[in-house]
Amino acid sequence: MAPAIYTHDLRKVYPAPGNRPRFGPAGAAPPGAVGHGGTPPRGGGAGQGIVALVGLDLEVPEGEFFGLLGPNGAGKTTTIGILTTRVRPTGGTARVAGADVSREPVEVRQRIGVVPQRPNPDRSLNAIENLIFHAAYFGIPRATATAHARSLLDTLGIADKAEAKVDELSGGQQQRLMIARALIHQPLVIFLDEPTVGLDPQARLALWDILRDLHGQGRTIVMTTHYMEEADRLCQRLAIIDGGKLLAVDTPEGLKARAPGGTLVELVLDGNAESVLDRARNLPNVSGVEARNGVLRAYSDHGGQVIPALIDAAQSAGRSVKNIYLAPPSLETLFIALTGRKLE
Amino acid sequence: MSVSTSVLPGIAVRPTTPPAASTVFVALMRRDARVLRRELPYFLVRTIMQPLLFIVVFGFLLPRMGFVRASYTSALLPGVIAVSLTLSAIQSVSLPMVQDFGWTREIEDRLLAPIPIPLVAAEKIVMGVVQGFIAALVVLPAGRLIMGPINGLTLGHAGVAIVVTLLGAATFSALGLLLGSAISPQQIGLMFSIIIAPMLFFGCAYYPWRGLDAVPVAKYAVLVNPMVYVAEGMRASLTPELPHMPLAAVVGALVVLLVLFWSLAMRSFMHRAIG
Repeated sequence: MAPAIYTHDLRKVYPAPGNRPRFGPAGAAPPGAVGHGGTPPRGGGAGQGIVALVGLDLEVPEGEFFGLLGPNGAGKTTTIGILTTRVRPTGGTARVAGADVSREPVEVRQRIGVVPQRPNPDRSLNAIENLIFHAAYFGIPRATATAHARSLLDTLGIADKAEAKVDELSGGQQQRLMIARALIHQPLVIFLDEPTVGLDPQARLALWDILRDLHGQGRTIVMTTHYMEEADRLCQRLAIIDGGKLLAVDTPEGLKARAPGGTLVELVLDGNAESVLDRARNLPNVSGVEARNGVLRAYSDHGGQVIPALIDAAQSAGRSVKNIYLAPPSLETLFIALTGRKLE
Repeated sequence: MSVSTSVLPGIAVRPTTPPAASTVFVALMRRDARVLRRELPYFLVRTIMQPLLFIVVFGFLLPRMGFVRASYTSALLPGVIAVSLTLSAIQSVSLPMVQDFGWTREIEDRLLAPIPIPLVAAEKIVMGVVQGFIAALVVLPAGRLIMGPINGLTLGHAGVAIVVTLLGAATFSALGLLLGSAISPQQIGLMFSIIIAPMLFFGCAYYPWRGLDAVPVAKYAVLVNPMVYVAEGMRASLTPELPHMPLAAVVGALVVLLVLFWSLAMRSFMHRAIG
């Protein structure tokens, strides 16, 4: 069985700002003009460009709930953009539900549903018309679409808003409408880009239930998120990406097992942390240390007990401590170890 | 584990082959037709108010005051029809698109439809033509009603008038798509003062092109203005006995401009639609 998502050596370089004619002769050719398998125009005549993806390889089997984790600017949205045919890759291959995003974009669009990061309903139409017309774009007859739309709105708890103008819906209700829209044409693969950003905790839990239901029906779900807990609770497998590269991909359990041993103790200092490194490394109960600019990270099997010794070490190196952050071994500590950054 | 009690409509795997492009195209048009029907009063006010006011002042009041000759109405009516149909075509495409691309991203659901993206753009142009056509259909009788009998006006060449209307609306609809996809929301006001206003006033809408025989420099300079050909095409078909630009020149120029704007607009639209 073909995987629901397959990418190989997927690359994306955006034209550098200011180096981008709006329209006009040859210069306006989009980066995709390089063609599949072409090389990114780095250092070429078109200037440097902004590198968003550098050779991403992903494989998601049919029916999997897959998560993409990464800090802002990691390449998550570009990845989703390419997989949903809305961004043209600079090079490499991407196939979704058996169709190639560059050569068969229409087939890809037929098979996917997309929930955007920010709700973008058609404001000229009311709620249920949003669904009925979207279904019509997929060739679904009005009567079928209407019945399906009503049952979707009912399930998503916004049946009473069917005839309401979109502007009368709250943020959470608009997000549910976007989910209904992504489902109305019965897609095989559903993409959600940060679906719970801006939702209150109750709406977030309700959305989790909906997503579990969808997954229970055998659909493939690909979701990007900022929230570790969300990724941990919902996704069967997670990919951590940063700088346009895949850093790790595994089940949440597998990833947690890979997290560096012990509790992470992070000290924010008033100057470069390098000078504290040697002193901290030799402290008892400290299993590992690293320095990144003004941040000193230590891992310890004795939790917060090492904090006083670390503070002493910093002070004897002439640094004072501005802030302290503690985290037990988790996806988050792994994430920090891999990317050097926190998610939020 | 999920404790959810909700049950979403079950998965019924739909055909993985997309519907015919024509089916999707018609669905896109039905969406726009629905919105147009709902917003018809606003549409009419927006596109017809300005030409009607012009007709009242320059085609009714001034002739009665004796400031302009009554025969001016013969030159004015075809020009005002040209203004309405071009403005309506250009605005109906560009205004929603500037918002869509610049802010709301509402067009996204149509860009996710299983149809090649250029056809989404083509559909916008077709709907712009429809709206330009409606505007012309409303302004012609309204103008005739307000101005009274118009010297030389004939509907004997209605076929030609329809061809000019369609060509003119298509040209300006394509220009609307080009502007709508190339400018940012902050630049809308600028678009009107820098592009639309000069186009109206130097478009031979309020005076016949042959009247510029008196100012040869202007007569040739205005030829870069697409509006000139629509206005003169209207004169050639509605008041054919009065001096006007040859019909072949009008049609030829409009076809060239249509092809030019269409290809630039497609390029610009694709650029915005696909990152």
